[in-house]
Amino acid sequence: MNGFGPLVRKPWIWSFAATIIVWAVTVLFTGGASSLGLSQAALTFAAFSVIVGIGQMFVITLGPGNIDLSVPATMTLSGTLALKLMDVQDGMIVVGLVASILIGIAIGIGNYGLIKLLRIPPIIATLSMSFIVQSIAIWSNRGLRIKPPEVLAGFSTSYSFGIPNVALVALLLSLVAWVLLEKSIYGRWISAIGQSTFAARMAGIPVDGTRFATYVLCAVLASICGYLLASFSGGAALNMGAEYLLMSIAVVVIGGTAVAGGNSNIPGIWGASLFMFLVVSMLNTYGFGAGTRLILTGVIIIVVILAAGGKKALR
Amino acid sequence: MNDTVPKQEVVAARGIKVAFGAVKALDGADLVIRAGECVGLVGHNGAGKSTIVNVINGGLTPQEGSVSYDGTPGLHGVAMARAHGVRCVFQELSLCPNLTVNENVRVMHADLKGASWRRRGLELVRRQLEETFPGHGIDCDSTVEDLSIAERQMVEIAISFTTVSQRPRLVILDEPTSSLDAGLAAQLMAYVRRFVKEGGSVLLISHILGEILSTSDRIVVMKDGKVVADKPATEFDTRRLVETMGSVVKEHGWKRTMGTKSGAPVLSRPALPGSTIQLEAFGGEIIGLAGLGGHGQTEALLDLYLSSSSNWWPTREPKMAFVAGDRGLNGTFGLWSILKNLSISSLKALSSRNMIDADCEDEVSERWKKRIEIRTPNMQNPILSLSGGNQQKVLFARALATTSKVVLMDDPMRGVDVGTKQEVYEILRAEAAAGRTFIWYSTEMDEIRLCDRVYVFRDGAIAAELVGEAITEPNVLAASFAGGEAA
Repeated sequence: MNGFGPLVRKPWIWSFAATIIVWAVTVLFTGGASSLGLSQAALTFAAFSVIVGIGQMFVITLGPGNIDLSVPATMTLSGTLALKLMDVQDGMIVVGLVASILIGIAIGIGNYGLIKLLRIPPIIATLSMSFIVQSIAIWSNRGLRIKPPEVLAGFSTSYSFGIPNVALVALLLSLVAWVLLEKSIYGRWISAIGQSTFAARMAGIPVDGTRFATYVLCAVLASICGYLLASFSGGAALNMGAEYLLMSIAVVVIGGTAVAGGNSNIPGIWGASLFMFLVVSMLNTYGFGAGTRLILTGVIIIVVILAAGGKKALR
Repeated sequence: MNDTVPKQEVVAARGIKVAFGAVKALDGADLVIRAGECVGLVGHNGAGKSTIVNVINGGLTPQEGSVSYDGTPGLHGVAMARAHGVRCVFQELSLCPNLTVNENVRVMHADLKGASWRRRGLELVRRQLEETFPGHGIDCDSTVEDLSIAERQMVEIAISFTTVSQRPRLVILDEPTSSLDAGLAAQLMAYVRRFVKEGGSVLLISHILGEILSTSDRIVVMKDGKVVADKPATEFDTRRLVETMGSVVKEHGWKRTMGTKSGAPVLSRPALPGSTIQLEAFGGEIIGLAGLGGHGQTEALLDLYLSSSSNWWPTREPKMAFVAGDRGLNGTFGLWSILKNLSISSLKALSSRNMIDADCEDEVSERWKKRIEIRTPNMQNPILSLSGGNQQKVLFARALATTSKVVLMDDPMRGVDVGTKQEVYEILRAEAAAGRTFIWYSTEMDEIRLCDRVYVFRDGAIAAELVGEAITEPNVLAASFAGGEAA
């Protein structure tokens, strides 16, 4: 065994390996000219996937059947209402952020309320919730596109030390999530629940309380992401969350989090988010058409999951 | 036992060595089983009993040594073992819970073919159950998950003894009676004797030495991966068997804390329908829940536990802790290390501001590793690397490491060896003396006798309360059967 032994066994290593390969292939094609621009763009767009991906990861860790499909609608509603409330005034930025967090909390409560009170599976509860949330967004938006406040728009599209500000925000949130997951009692609890709900209950864990907190956390992260994305792209759009439904789940799975629950990791979400963006830009660079691009994206994702999962099966 | 001509070998494993990483599970063990004999296999937890069974049934390839079936060496594997009539009933129940009983027959017996396999499977398992456990009352059309743990064990045993096209020649029974009550265990042992008389062989693994001594023709004692004795059963008695296993027989130096029923009870539950006796417990008491298996004892414990702790808010001082008996169902967290499994119930005490203090956690786990002797080089190893008995010790440590005043135990000594049991009993006594209350469901009479007070369950309710010297096997049995309490 050499020094790589423990590293190879980390489930997140595969998403990073794939990311580096795809990055190198893309940069090679352009003769190295695009390396800085490509990296910055990748970090910017990955940041949004990371933020929603972390929330989804916490929910998936709770075990089989746990998933939050209301992520896109939450992003849309949070972005729409926050921009409307701020109304292009710089002084309202913090108020807007607080409002979007409150929206997230409300949606999280709604999600778990449906799951618990109506005893419906999370996949259906969160999907129904997302219809309600999306309808509210449509009703409040009414086709108007309100611009974000100047300072906020500037912040979300600019860089500090060459790194996009949104990526720094995502990094900060990842660190908090990592501490929560690895060092806190809460992290132990969600992992225990994901392995066996019955055993967790009999070990004295407040299972409902923990699951409730997790669904709220996921919705809050989605609404923060919606707030940032709307500011970044110069206004909220009704379909702005659409691609993040698949994205939030894909980055969790490719990142090496166990779909069966109980086991999760945060570095993998970064690797997977960067990878998902870079694959699309690589295929764009090589000039593939839209259809071919989608097929190749699917094939590449499957290969990465096989590479990551195959190692585990050998044990 | 008196014939001099050696009978034909069914399975022979010689000089077997198996190591899992640094742990030597088997270190040159020999085990030969001949036709028409019942071999008893005893030893401590981690002595290598389950490992040698896995070698014989083909599930595990030894690093050294040879396995031969019917005297033909060089053949190995699960399919080969089955082809030579080796069947195995595992300690961890291995039926498919979502299938019916007759569908499980098909899973175990690939040779049950043809259009009418359901009907024939049903007929086979019914006949076999009737033969092994007369008057069992199991509905063979129900799915396995609707059966109690004892019924599942009975079904699994019956399926293993069933003849479809090939008669079983060697049936390995790994702790077959641990979930059965005394009546069913006696039925099974009588059936084993009949099966052996007809020329079959049985390898019987059990921690209940009485049934090993009464049922086996020959007893093999294992210790630390080696066979330390292999003699006819007549040369052993309980004391010699325990001495050979390497633990000293302790006399009943057990003093009941009499008359502790003082002050307010630490818990009390109203009487269940069909009973007039309410469950009460006082500080420092060890209370037994007795009766035939599956008569509501586990449900009573779950009910007590769930009513004491909130499912929504974390409790700073949990009132009760729970020790699981069915580890896979509500005990262990399979993805985790031993350390995390041990500390999960006492995290509040090990952390400041909801962040876990890793040093504190290590210190507590090392202390319990020593106190309860968990056999592992490193507490960071996965929990599933431990033998069943050692996993059970971790669950004990999990409950005892909490500050809870009441500890509930759901038949936790299933599959735990004699030496460990003695250690745990002593820890229980010490903890009880310090004021802890234990409520202990057990299917073993020896354990029920250790309790200060016993509630006997029948049909989901408490049928009788026995105190102190009144806790005897006849009294418990009398109360366990309908009409018995009149005596």
